[in-house]
Order: sequence, then C-alpha cells, then structure tokens
Amino acid sequence: MPPAIRIDALTKDYAIGFWRRHTYRALDRLTLDIERGEIFGFLGPNGAGKTTTLKLLMQLIFPTSGRAEILGRPVGDLTVRRRIGYLPENPSFYDYLTAEELLGYFGDLFGYKGADRRKRVADLLDRVGIGAERRLQLRKFSKGMIQRVGIAQALLNDPEVVFLDEPMSGLDPLGRRDVRSLILELRDQGRTVFFSSHILADAEALCRHVAVLAGGRLAAAGTLSDILAFQVHGWELVISGLSPEVLARVTPRVRRATEISPGRYSLELSLDQAPDRMLLDLTAAGATLVSLNPMRDTLEDFFMKRVAEMGAGARTPAVEESRAGH
Amino acid sequence: MRAIRVVAVNVFRESVRDRVPYNLVMFAVLLIGSSYLIGQLTAGQDVKIIKDLGLAATSVFGLFISIFIGIGLVSKEVERRSIYALLSKPVSRAQFIVGKYAGLVLTLAVNVSVMAVALYVILAYMVWTEPPTIRAGWDAPGMDPALLKAVFLIFIELMLVTAIALFFSTFSTPILSAALTFGFYIVGHFNADLKNFEKVVSSRAAAQLARGAYHVLPDLSAFDVKTQVVHGLPVTLGYMGSTAAYGLAYVAALLLVSTFIFSRRDFK
Repeated sequence: MPPAIRIDALTKDYAIGFWRRHTYRALDRLTLDIERGEIFGFLGPNGAGKTTTLKLLMQLIFPTSGRAEILGRPVGDLTVRRRIGYLPENPSFYDYLTAEELLGYFGDLFGYKGADRRKRVADLLDRVGIGAERRLQLRKFSKGMIQRVGIAQALLNDPEVVFLDEPMSGLDPLGRRDVRSLILELRDQGRTVFFSSHILADAEALCRHVAVLAGGRLAAAGTLSDILAFQVHGWELVISGLSPEVLARVTPRVRRATEISPGRYSLELSLDQAPDRMLLDLTAAGATLVSLNPMRDTLEDFFMKRVAEMGAGARTPAVEESRAGH
Repeated sequence: MRAIRVVAVNVFRESVRDRVPYNLVMFAVLLIGSSYLIGQLTAGQDVKIIKDLGLAATSVFGLFISIFIGIGLVSKEVERRSIYALLSKPVSRAQFIVGKYAGLVLTLAVNVSVMAVALYVILAYMVWTEPPTIRAGWDAPGMDPALLKAVFLIFIELMLVTAIALFFSTFSTPILSAALTFGFYIVGHFNADLKNFEKVVSSRAAAQLARGAYHVLPDLSAFDVKTQVVHGLPVTLGYMGSTAAYGLAYVAALLLVSTFIFSRRDFK
C-alpha cells in the first residue's frame, strides 16, 4: 500500500523582479514519506516553506520540479480530492454566506444531498463548537470562529488524509485544546493528519513523526526525540519558600539560580544532576515544588541554528538534496 | 456538470446578497419616471422613445453588471483566498471558470428578463391609455413582440462582454480588467469601421493592422438591432440565428482561453 503522502524532490521557484529574471527558491528538493494513520507535524518558522508545500500538495501552485502523490495518486487527480480535506492558513470564506450555507455549498460539490447533507453539516458544526452560530453570516464571525469553520469544511467528506495549515492559529487556549483533541480523534479513526505549525508544543502533544523546514529546505525529520536538538539537556526546577542558607548549600550543584520573587527561585540543573534527589533535599529543608520541566531547545532555537548553518545558501539551488523518510 | 451548477448557483446567490437586483428598482424608477415626463412633452412619439429608452437601459444596466461583477468573478476569490478551500474540493479549474461564468449569465438572464417584463408593463399601460387614433400612427404595435428580438441579442452581447471581463480577470487586476473590457466594448461597437480602414489610410501596415484587429475583436454592433425593432423594420430569424451563433462561438473561444490561462496560474 502506498504511503498517505509521498513527496519526491519537490521544488518551487518564483520568478521575481520586473523582468522576472531572478528566481526565489521557496522550497528546495523536499523529499518525505508520510505513513497512513499517523499525525505528522510539519514544523518551521514563518517563511520556511510549509505553506508552499501544502499549496503544492493542493495544486494551488505548480512545482518547478519534483512530484508528489497523495494516497498513491498524483496531486492533481480529482478523485484524490474526494478523499482529502484541507484547512488553508488563515482561512477566509464567502462572508455573505452563513456557516451552514458554506458547508452546504461544499457538501453540494461532494454530491451530498438533502437530509444527509443537512445532518452532516449540523453534526460537523456542533463538533467544532459553532453549532449555535450556524445561521450567522460569516462576516460576523471572529477569527477563531472562522478557523473552526475552516476545520469543519476540511472534515466535511470524512477525509482519509487531512491537511491542516497552522490549525491552532487564531484560537484561544480552549480552542487549541479542542483542536488537539479533534486531531487525536481523527488519528484514532485511522485518518492521516498532516499539520503545519511553528509551535513545538503542538507537535510534542500530538505527533510521533515530524519534519522541520528551515529556509525552504528540510532541516530534520524523524521522531521528536530522535532529533538531537530536541533532546533534553537539563532541568528547570521552580521552588518557593527557599531560604538563603539552603540556596547557598545547593548552589554548587546548580548550573544557574535566578530569583523570581522573594523566596521563589528558578534553578537550572544539568542533565547529570538527578532532579528527584535535589527535590528531596529541598523539600526536606522546607521548600515547596512549584514546577519541574525538562529543558531543551525550542523550535525557535533550532531554526536559528539551522538557518545560521545553512547561511545564504539556504535559498539557492546549489545545495545537496534534502532527503528524509521513516 | 454538478460542480459547474453548484459554483454557478453560488455566484447567483452572491450577486443577490450583494444587492445587484437593486439595479432593477433603479431601472423601473427610470422607466416609469421618464415615461411620465415624455408623455407630457411629446405627442405620438412617446411610445418609440419609451422603447428606445427601455432597450438602451437594459443594455447599459446589463453592461455594468457584466463588467463590474465579471471582473471580480475570479479576482475576488483569489483576493479573499476563498479559492484555496474551494479548489481543494473535487472541482477542476475549468469547472470553476465555467461555473463562475454560468452564474453571472444566470444573474444577467434574470435581470434582462425582469427589465423586459417591466418595459412591456409600461408599454401595456401606454396602449391602454392612448386613444386608437394616436395608436394608429405608431410605426410598430405598442407591445410589439419583435422587441424580444432586440432583448435577446442584448443578452447575447452581455454574455460576450461577461466572457471578455472574465478572460481579463484570469490574469489581470480588477481595475485593468474593467478598463480593458470597457475598451473592448467601445472598440467592438466600431469594429465595422476597422474593416474599411484601408479606404481612409494610405499606410499599408496600418490598414493590415486594422484588418487584423477587425478579425480578432468582436463585432458588437451586430447585436444592436434596437433601431430596426423600434421603427418596425424587419429583423430576420436567419440574422438572429447567425448573430447568436457568432456571439456564442466567441464566448466558447474566450472561455477556452480563460481556462487555459487559469489552469496554469499559481495562487501565491
């Protein structure tokens, strides 16, 4: 069985300048395989090439070279569109339609009729939490509500593969939690979810495999723990009720101590310092644990390093082919 | 076919929600108001003027709808990015273009039909109020069915102008598309003059250029039979058929080229 998504040396150049003599490489020979039934995180900072890749997969733009397949069929195949769903980045729809009419319109395109279509639309709008506003024109919707409508239209046809471009964008914490559980639910139903994000926490909460883009090129791919930069390199312990005497006693075992407020400190421990022993010592001395977190590079740190490593060459054709798969 | 129909119905719904039918109210007010004024000023000629005015207004109002909605059919979808979600559905770009076009033609058909009915209502009122002695002096009957011939060719002309607007909007900005479509409309009405350009210029190159333009640009004056109809002159069914076929062939060619351009376009 072919993978859910196969991307082979996909490249996109844009002609720039008045005479269009110069080219700007938005995506550089990206190669990826995404297996069926998993949540795949497509990570990178703004301008890394994530949306370009998704637009190439939706054939909203055409590649300069390379090819891509979804469910074993070329991306331009109309039969594939019946089996996929797509949420664009910062989606925008027909503001003169109500949410119900918009989904009805798209439902018509899939050939859903009558009561089946009405039920499908009503169920989906309820599922994304805007059932009560179904008869409100979209021009009256907030950004977060439009995002929810966007997610609903992407799921209208029970897609086997769902492409979500920055699905958490514009959502409040409650909305983010809802979308996370929706994505996990889709995976549990055996669907493949390909989502782009610039937030590492989203990927950590959802994905087994990720690919990281930087400067239009694949910077890393694999499981998050496989990617060296994301491995834990220390611990951050936040403690309250810590007396100066106790602090002085533990300072030699601490990489850095920062006072947050009187009696409350952030202590950074190196990886070889077991946090549980330190915690035992501190609580025995009357301190209270506020939080304990592993320390690792953030996506932003990783991007900065990779972009610096790639330098100006990141956007030129003269680079070695990026290749990854799992 | 389903995708084309669904896209077309949405265009029609958009035009209704965008209050395009308000132009029908303006049309009715213009027609009723002017028929009252003309009735006060003229004797015997008023029905002819009302027919002229009604047909001209149908043409001009239709032209505004064709150009100003036609140029936005594609560009609005791209600007508001609604095309991203739409084209991820089972709709080909060719179906999108033809559906958009069909939706605006449907809007125009409703507009032109309502305007024609309004014109006949005014004419029926005049027939009812004018004495038989005055009616006997009219070139053509008050509620002349031949008016429908003029209305039909106006509609085909509007279909053609819409296809031109859509064609430009597949690769150009709305303002430029509007200017170019309007330019085509003006030149199209003087197209017959280009045919005889060689008789008035000595330059062979200029004459050939004019001849080339004559063959490429649509001859919109062929669709204008208002004068003949108003004065009761015959317009044969053969002429109607050949002119309609010419217009529809032109529309088909424009849609084909529009689809070709649009199918290769990147939505950045």
